[in-house]
Amino acid sequence: MKPKILCATLTLLVGWIAMTASSVALPQSVDSNSTTADVVLERSQRAYYFAGEDAKGMLRMELIDRKGNTRQRVLTMLRKNQENSGEQKYFMYFHEPGDVRRLTFMIWKYPGRDDDRWIYVPAVDLIRRIAAADKYSSFVGSDFSYEDISGRDLSEDTHNRLDDETLDDRKAFVIESIPLAPAAFTRRVSWIDKEHFLPLKIEYYDAQDRLQRIFTANVIEDIAAGEGDNSRVHPTAMKRTMENVRTGHRTEVTVTSVNYDVGLSDDDFSERHMRRPPRAWIR
Amino acid sequence: MRWATATMVISVLALSGPVLSQELGDAWGADAESFLLGTYSRRTSGETPEGHKFLLAEERLRLDLSVWSENIEAEARVKLDGVHDSIDGEFDIDLREAYLDYSAGNLDLRLGRQIATWGVGDLLFINDVFPKDWVSFFSGRPLEYLKLGVDGARVNYSTSALNVEFMIVSDFRPDTLPTPSRFFLHDDFSGIAERMQVHPDTGLDNPELALRLYRRIGGFDASAYAYRGYWRSPGQEPDDYDVPTQVTYFFPRLSVYGVSAQGQAMGGILSLEGGYYDSRDDDAGVNPAIANSEVRFLLGYQRQLAEDFTIGVQYYAELMMDFGAYERTLPTVSTPRNKYRDIATVRLTRFLKHQTWMLSLFAFYSPADQDYLLQPQLDYKVSDAFSATLGANLFGGEKQTTFLGQFDRNDNLYMTLRFDF
Repeated sequence: MKPKILCATLTLLVGWIAMTASSVALPQSVDSNSTTADVVLERSQRAYYFAGEDAKGMLRMELIDRKGNTRQRVLTMLRKNQENSGEQKYFMYFHEPGDVRRLTFMIWKYPGRDDDRWIYVPAVDLIRRIAAADKYSSFVGSDFSYEDISGRDLSEDTHNRLDDETLDDRKAFVIESIPLAPAAFTRRVSWIDKEHFLPLKIEYYDAQDRLQRIFTANVIEDIAAGEGDNSRVHPTAMKRTMENVRTGHRTEVTVTSVNYDVGLSDDDFSERHMRRPPRAWIR
Repeated sequence: MRWATATMVISVLALSGPVLSQELGDAWGADAESFLLGTYSRRTSGETPEGHKFLLAEERLRLDLSVWSENIEAEARVKLDGVHDSIDGEFDIDLREAYLDYSAGNLDLRLGRQIATWGVGDLLFINDVFPKDWVSFFSGRPLEYLKLGVDGARVNYSTSALNVEFMIVSDFRPDTLPTPSRFFLHDDFSGIAERMQVHPDTGLDNPELALRLYRRIGGFDASAYAYRGYWRSPGQEPDDYDVPTQVTYFFPRLSVYGVSAQGQAMGGILSLEGGYYDSRDDDAGVNPAIANSEVRFLLGYQRQLAEDFTIGVQYYAELMMDFGAYERTLPTVSTPRNKYRDIATVRLTRFLKHQTWMLSLFAFYSPADQDYLLQPQLDYKVSDAFSATLGANLFGGEKQTTFLGQFDRNDNLYMTLRFDF
């Protein structure tokens, strides 16, 4: 094959693998030598943030301070991917605690520019937009930022592959990412599982290169979706923790239920449903 | 408890029975939520006209009951407060909302007492034509108490091209305005003891109507509004302007037509709103008891300055129509209003310690009236179930006759405590 055609074919092949990565748990057939840091992280983002065409889940978020005092948030989260463009829509409905019951957030996420964000305040039946410029802001007071919840653009950092490691009997790629522009961290090291590509651990370092936060995927399970010829499996981090080592505060997120490919439509992510979420969503 | 209120609660519960049992059998769910809220507002100086140091001292027990169907999109909801007023020693029931929701296809229906909020202003209202409780707002009750429910039906029809929201309100509810018993305020007819209130004759045959059309246009959330009803603040008419012995408070007819848009711009959120207030009972502007028609507009901008720190600014103005006629026919007893009245606001919000602490400041300043209101507030979430708030309402102005300036002697400090269970 002529070099140009070979190049083009390889590019298409890599692209095809990346697109289908989230649908199938591939065996350890990916050759370490030809897998760059960018490709690993792209597959990891697909597996973690873009699994399935859409997803519906119930999350319990526990905010635990250094002394062990706990606050709890229970929410329903819906997500829909927009046709391979990297855009996504999110819908969050709070069940607990009492002062945020029936509060909803809606986020339309665009790669490369600010999200559109809305809040519905049930006590006064008000929907308004909220300023989204700061992605590093904490999500409802937890140790996760909005960026952690919906994903950071890969193009915002440069990525280098470090030596592979084994973490709790799982073989992992180790990728170091350094932001191109000032961010909440100056360096990030990610351990990506070689089999299902979910992040097992991510360490965030501050300007003095001290460890600032640690993300851990504590429990990973395979969640089935589809039927018959269409059946797929989506590996999912059912329990994850973000710990701020500087303050001793941590947030534990437990996915109490999740379903993929439930058939959400674009119209579902609307002002109407912020006010009146269908019963099937919030059950 | 008024008869109307009782009838509403019973109707909602009664209507929900047949709706729910049709097609369902046992597939229904229910939920009850409550909280206990204490609000205590103390004047910073002096006493109320009745001799109390406290503007407000009350405990409220909120009961929020909902019953829903698992098979059809229907829900019945009742939200009411049992109120104990520590100043008067009286008990009362405040029915906040009581409604039946039903959705099918593109249609959403809500029947009963319901709170609705329209427009894009932050505490400045142009197309939000619904009743408000200004006493709550000036006394330190939580912000939800600024809004009052309306009794009627709301229909929402959603399509990707356009959304339509239509409301029919059968029972006129005026704004709750401060009264001389608890507030020091300006009154053109302060010497007159004889007061009468006349409410518009609304009912199912003569309802208030409100319409909103909305959709996204160019990345902005755009709405167009129309309202046909009444002014929520009363006109005051004495029996005789030269020698008044009695004042009648009445609510003249009003139509409002307006538009609004909200969306991302310049790294923040831009809000625009405008409206024309058509004072239908006084087209020429010659009746001094009835407010003239006016034009209102609003420009707002909100931006996150740093993590957990947000700023919002607004500029708002009211422009009176037929000002010449207004001036010509203004009686000597009445305090003149400006033709152009503008207000600038700033809201600063800062969260600390995993959003358990919130510091905020909301400031109104009117360049035309030269008066202001400052509302600093500190919120602390002790736990998921318990929160405490400390705040103040500080009024001031060049004159004691302008809208905010008249409340100068009502500066207050307030504290609220809330237990959720």
